[in-house]
Amino acid sequence: MTDLTDLTLAEARAALRDKQTSSVELTRAYLDRLDKAKALNAYVAVTADAALESAKQSDARLARGEARPLEGLPLGIKDLYATKGVHTQACSHILDGFKPEYESTVTSHLWRDGALMLGKLNMDEFAMGSSNETSYYGPVASPWLPPNWSVDQARAALHGDKQGLLTPGGSSGGSASAVAAHLCLAATASDTGGSIRQPAAITGTVGIKPTYGRCSRWGMVAFASSLDQAGPITRDVRDAAIMLKSMAGYDPKDSTCYDAPVPDYEAAIGRSVKGMKIGIPREYRLEGMRGDIEALWGQGAQWLKAAGAEIVDVSLPHTRHALPAYYIVAPAEASSNLARYDGVRYGLRESGGDIIDLYQKTRAKGFGAEVRRRLMIGTYVLSAGYYDAYYVRAQKIRTLIKRDFETVFAEGVDAILAPATPSPAFGIGEKGSGDPVEMYLNDVFTVTVNMAGLPGIAVPGGLSSNGLPLGLQLIGRPFDEETLFALGRVVEQSAPRTPTPDAWWA
Amino acid sequence: MSVDQATVRRIARLARIAVDESEIPHLQGEINAILSFVEELSAVNVEGVEPMTSVIPMKLPMREDVVTDGEIAGKVLANAPLSEDGFFLVPKVIE
Amino acid sequence: MSQLIKGATGDWEIVVGLEVHAQVTSKSKLFSGASTGFGAEPNTHVSLVDAAMPGMLPVINVECVRQAVRTGLGLKAEINKRSTFDRKNYFYPDLPQGYQISQYKHPIVGEGEIQVDLTPEHSIRVGIERLHLEQDAGKSLHDQAPNMSFVDLNRSGVALMEIVSKPDMRSADEAKAYVSKLRTILRYIGSCDGDMEKGSLRADVNVSVRKPGAPLGTRCEIKNVNSIRFIGQAIDSEARRQIAIIEDGGTIDQETRLYDPGKGETRAMRSKEEAHDYRYFPDPDLLPLEFDDAFVEGLRAGLPELPDDKKARFIADYGLSAYDAAVLTAERETAAFYEDAVTHGGAKRDAKAVANWIMGDLSAAANAQNAGVAEAGLSAAQLATLVDLIGEGVISGKIAKDLLLLLLGDDRGAEPRALVETRGLVQVNDTGAIEAAVDAVIAANPEKAAQAKAKPGMLGWFVGQVMKQTGGKANPQSVNDVLKAKLGLP
Repeated sequence: MTDLTDLTLAEARAALRDKQTSSVELTRAYLDRLDKAKALNAYVAVTADAALESAKQSDARLARGEARPLEGLPLGIKDLYATKGVHTQACSHILDGFKPEYESTVTSHLWRDGALMLGKLNMDEFAMGSSNETSYYGPVASPWLPPNWSVDQARAALHGDKQGLLTPGGSSGGSASAVAAHLCLAATASDTGGSIRQPAAITGTVGIKPTYGRCSRWGMVAFASSLDQAGPITRDVRDAAIMLKSMAGYDPKDSTCYDAPVPDYEAAIGRSVKGMKIGIPREYRLEGMRGDIEALWGQGAQWLKAAGAEIVDVSLPHTRHALPAYYIVAPAEASSNLARYDGVRYGLRESGGDIIDLYQKTRAKGFGAEVRRRLMIGTYVLSAGYYDAYYVRAQKIRTLIKRDFETVFAEGVDAILAPATPSPAFGIGEKGSGDPVEMYLNDVFTVTVNMAGLPGIAVPGGLSSNGLPLGLQLIGRPFDEETLFALGRVVEQSAPRTPTPDAWWA
Repeated sequence: MSVDQATVRRIARLARIAVDESEIPHLQGEINAILSFVEELSAVNVEGVEPMTSVIPMKLPMREDVVTDGEIAGKVLANAPLSEDGFFLVPKVIE
Repeated sequence: MSQLIKGATGDWEIVVGLEVHAQVTSKSKLFSGASTGFGAEPNTHVSLVDAAMPGMLPVINVECVRQAVRTGLGLKAEINKRSTFDRKNYFYPDLPQGYQISQYKHPIVGEGEIQVDLTPEHSIRVGIERLHLEQDAGKSLHDQAPNMSFVDLNRSGVALMEIVSKPDMRSADEAKAYVSKLRTILRYIGSCDGDMEKGSLRADVNVSVRKPGAPLGTRCEIKNVNSIRFIGQAIDSEARRQIAIIEDGGTIDQETRLYDPGKGETRAMRSKEEAHDYRYFPDPDLLPLEFDDAFVEGLRAGLPELPDDKKARFIADYGLSAYDAAVLTAERETAAFYEDAVTHGGAKRDAKAVANWIMGDLSAAANAQNAGVAEAGLSAAQLATLVDLIGEGVISGKIAKDLLLLLLGDDRGAEPRALVETRGLVQVNDTGAIEAAVDAVIAANPEKAAQAKAKPGMLGWFVGQVMKQTGGKANPQSVNDVLKAKLGLP
């Protein structure tokens, strides 16, 4: 029996139009399911009443034949997006109680197109993390069972400290887990160093980070301004195209937002990839790379070749410098962007001394350990005497990284195929407690794309040797998300179907 | 490049984050681990390379000089931890 | 000209540089659409961007860019068609973002200069280092409650032009004259109203001292001085302080100070550790600011005649002295008023006379009302007519003064020629009447008349008596001439 929540976004859209179901029924089904999945901790706030109210209004519009592109479709929204009157804290204690009086541009596009919000999704605090373990609200569990774990074992851990259960990745861990566990039709997410693509890849979902400037950043809690981009996490490539079409678009309130019309991305689904040149960058073949990931990569190339694409070897010489350079640039920008969290105008305030005490105590109490680490690094690399050696140098290396891609694209390459992550999902508590850098290495294949401002998509490619989802990443030319959707669809169709995890948590 | 404890205290001060003395060595270790990680960048040849200013080819857009905002004191103060008579309140600052 | 200060160990030279913060005249703020209006209820001219809410982003106001370029042109400075914005990071309650958006490495305007004429013999050229755009901060009130400060962000985000001079000034007078001239230029261009009381113009004053010919001494910065008078006082007291320290065998610590007008001295600001590590870096929310030659030339074409040019033209066209031309061109409105009066009706009347009327009686009346000359209540046309009436001999200078008072008071807006008639102010020019009056006075004072030959100074007394006799209406020149003749004076 097909659960309503089994429908993809595109299928649900059709079902509503064909009056096979109503938005209220669909929304109720999701509210029910996500309530039973509370222990996964994917949601940090649920807006049930508002969701049902919106659903009713959508049903009225559907009945009148006035359906907008996403009419009545229930979505999850990453806690980083300002949602008017609703919990918006980027999962940080320092934004305790913050309910914005404004709506982010990206989410207002979704509401303009008729979608509705089920609630706010968990994430790494201020988007800093690759496993959703830095959230003030605690870790998120992936709906995928750890290899060789029984359901009972998993349930016990779920209601305990969650140690050992799989992380859904980060920072958009709540988004990925919710989409993979069918707790929403699709979710908004954000990507600064891989925070859409990495979670999507290890949860068997699709995630696209569009070109920098494609979506507006207005109303998104800023982490690293020159790297942050909004994007969706969805169940399949078509759903991603539908979501991005709605989310993207020019916004005069964001000076870094690109002014160009948004193409009909859905039309690119099923487009032929014959004759496209796909680059395989040799520098992404890391020493000690897992066999199953390397095999999947090769397999992906074969699938595209079979669909008529030409596979070529390319070189992106500065690849290995991207991750260290990112860990200078991103924290530096963050150290400045997070200075406004000072206890004066909103959020947490720790009183009891003079103004300096207020700042220091508020920020010590309000920020978690990872955020504090990055703010310290960021402050250091911008400080007098170190600015040139660190920040300026990292920005020069960024120019070189971008130039590598430009050179390859100029040679006629349409897209680059690479792994998305160095490993499948790992366990909660498994990484990063000793060496912070260990966690950072999860982003090794994804940060290059943010540093160069390019679009990148992660598509499920198959399972790892231990039965967990692995994704393939495609990197495109600036503003050529259509090519990524076309190629992504080919990979999706060619790959063995990634199973939907059973609801062991309910 | 690595930092000593005095530097850790100085950075914490610049960043306005209170750090307990007992936390300093651990924090120092974390920061140095990250600095170690990025050290390899110092060997890269960046001769003649300009630092990245903008990732996409765009000119800074400018807006016309019209008053389109403000008169929302209620919204501005809505989330204030402490306010009075339309002002934000903080512990007294002495110049 | 020597402006050296005498110390115990010899002469000292003062070196002054100024960083002037000028609030840009624009309707909305530099990066937000909130109003720049002064005096509003707290936090009402504040947008979410100004309040630094999570997720807010800056968008630049083109008029602020234009004003900066216009000002740069007025300072004969290099206009940088590509400039960048940097974040200046520090924590303060009136700085909601925790950083100020400013320009550090690549400002919009580069080097220029200002000609400053203190007196006809004392003229200096002060170099301009740069001009950049930056956000103003909000305001904190510290006197509303014992333990709390009250923060109002209305001013937060208003555009400022920071104009940095080279350290070319050598005295308090030179510094005051510089600020005065800069203010005049800004007001001419209309890029800043220069109202120091309101805070539209503030100066950070850098002062150091040295023995003449020695290298530059360590400077101290006196922040936020908000009147020209205080700028002068601050420089003098700071220079004396530094000289005293050095002559006592000490050294000057580079520090930031505040001027206390009540005590007449500067004091160190509460010490700030980590001495200003602002961690400047390019603002990633803003791309580099770029515009083309056409943009600049369009603004240049729209500039009004600038003070130096107007002053030179007044000297050439109206035969005014450098001093008079300087006074009349100090305010654009005054200069326009002057020129309208001189050329009113297509005529070219006595330019010097018009100047004197404006600089003398009209200025006095205007000052009493706390208004500019052009707003005192007299139109240029009325002034022109007044001067014409004197020129034609219809009224004397003395009568004209009375007429002026009437036009500014009871007879505001009246047409002067008509008023002269209705008020019976027509000067008595009839030689016969004057002779008769003179005869009457001489006859009434025979002893004085006889003494007058020996004491020519007594003429003045006689003139006064004749004027009284004629109700003040006799043509004074005629009275003078007739009296001299009848008294037998040369």
